Amino acid sequence: MSSSSTEVQLLGSGVSPFEWRIIWALKWKGVDFEFIQEDVSNKSSLLLEKNPVYKMIPVLIHGRNSVSESLIILEYIDETWKENPILPADPTERAHARFWAKFSEDKITEPIKQAFHCAGEKQAEGVKALGEGLDILEGKIRGKKFFGGDSFGYLDIVVGWISYWLHFNQEAAGYNVMDQERYPGIDQWMKNFLEVEIIKENLPPSDEMMSSYIMYREMSLAFLNSNNKSD
Amino acid sequence: MAKDEVVLLDAYVSMFGMRVRLALAEKGVEYEYREEDLANKSPLLLQMNPVHKKIPVLIHNGKPVCESLVIVQYIDEVWKDKSPLLPSEPYQRAQARFWADYIDKKIYDAGRKLWTTKGEELESSKKAFIEIMKVLEGELGDKSYFGGENFGFVDVALIPFYSWFDAYETCANFSVEEHCPKLIAWAKRCMERETVSKSLADPKKIYDFVLLMKKKFGIE
Repeated sequence: MSSSSTEVQLLGSGVSPFEWRIIWALKWKGVDFEFIQEDVSNKSSLLLEKNPVYKMIPVLIHGRNSVSESLIILEYIDETWKENPILPADPTERAHARFWAKFSEDKITEPIKQAFHCAGEKQAEGVKALGEGLDILEGKIRGKKFFGGDSFGYLDIVVGWISYWLHFNQEAAGYNVMDQERYPGIDQWMKNFLEVEIIKENLPPSDEMMSSYIMYREMSLAFLNSNNKSD
Repeated sequence: MAKDEVVLLDAYVSMFGMRVRLALAEKGVEYEYREEDLANKSPLLLQMNPVHKKIPVLIHNGKPVCESLVIVQYIDEVWKDKSPLLPSEPYQRAQARFWADYIDKKIYDAGRKLWTTKGEELESSKKAFIEIMKVLEGELGDKSYFGGENFGFVDVALIPFYSWFDAYETCANFSVEEHCPKLIAWAKRCMERETVSKSLADPKKIYDFVLLMKKKFGIE
């Protein structure tokens, strides 16, 4: 149950993994919210007002507060609604959780973006970097059910999107990095992640995902062709 | 009660290292400073930050913490009884984190281009850098510090870059103050704090370092 009667709204595109992190966190905490669908090719005045710096989704609106950048929104949610904590309580463990969240953004999310939006050599570079990032992640997760051990938590919410999104991303962009023999720990963790109740019940429909990602890939290729380069 | 053992693996000119020095100074924490030769990294650094092999690394009672803003938050949470860096209210904390993150995303790469590029690329790099400074100046507004009346997290995140401004301005031939006088006024206000002036590197030494790097990498 929401501990505050102030209305909560989430601006999102429907298929961005960053907004689904927020949905999972809000569901985990039992916080009611309204999802507002944004057309990212035609941004609303609400989005431009609430995130003037980056003009991007997701944005969490809580009363008069608007928070953007998904990792920052997660901490805001954890500090505002204290039931079912997401981040660990101990400062050392919190520091490690934040470190690994940043690692995943820099060494997994960024290479995935490069592999998806680029072609030729630049794409290959992204795929290689992604493989290396996954090698390190494998070392961290192998033998554990979730990143925190037995309990589902912050890092699972931060990194878990790859369990579902990577498939569509790879399909649409024509690459394949998820080698089960190279990443048995990640493979098992992805299965564990997708079995968690709030995750299972809160994923965007696969047909919407596939059509969206095919469209995004076409847009990226068109952009590259119009600039006549692979990056 | 056992005494805290605090070691900082750092490099004098690093703005990221300066953030940690500054946070420790604000909290009055005693620590051992160890200068790393980044061309010849110590076994301790490689052991304590195996993922990135980068400084700064804070080692607290033998346990490492890496990534400067992660370290600053850690310091704020462990030594919580003195000089709080983050505000206590969740929305203000989110705002502080947002701006520290903006600084992290934008300034380092934009600043680096000011001494590694030339010609047209340098001109567009200058424009981009000034734009970032203007956004930050807009966020500062008429406040004494980014957090309001008190020196805090965003100030800690940003002020180390000020020690690099002389190098940036000399290499790229421009003046930040000309475009963002309020931001420079804020920087000078911060420099009046003893914790800041003793934590930041000497701009002259940074400029010498930049010249060395330009020579080493063959940048004109």
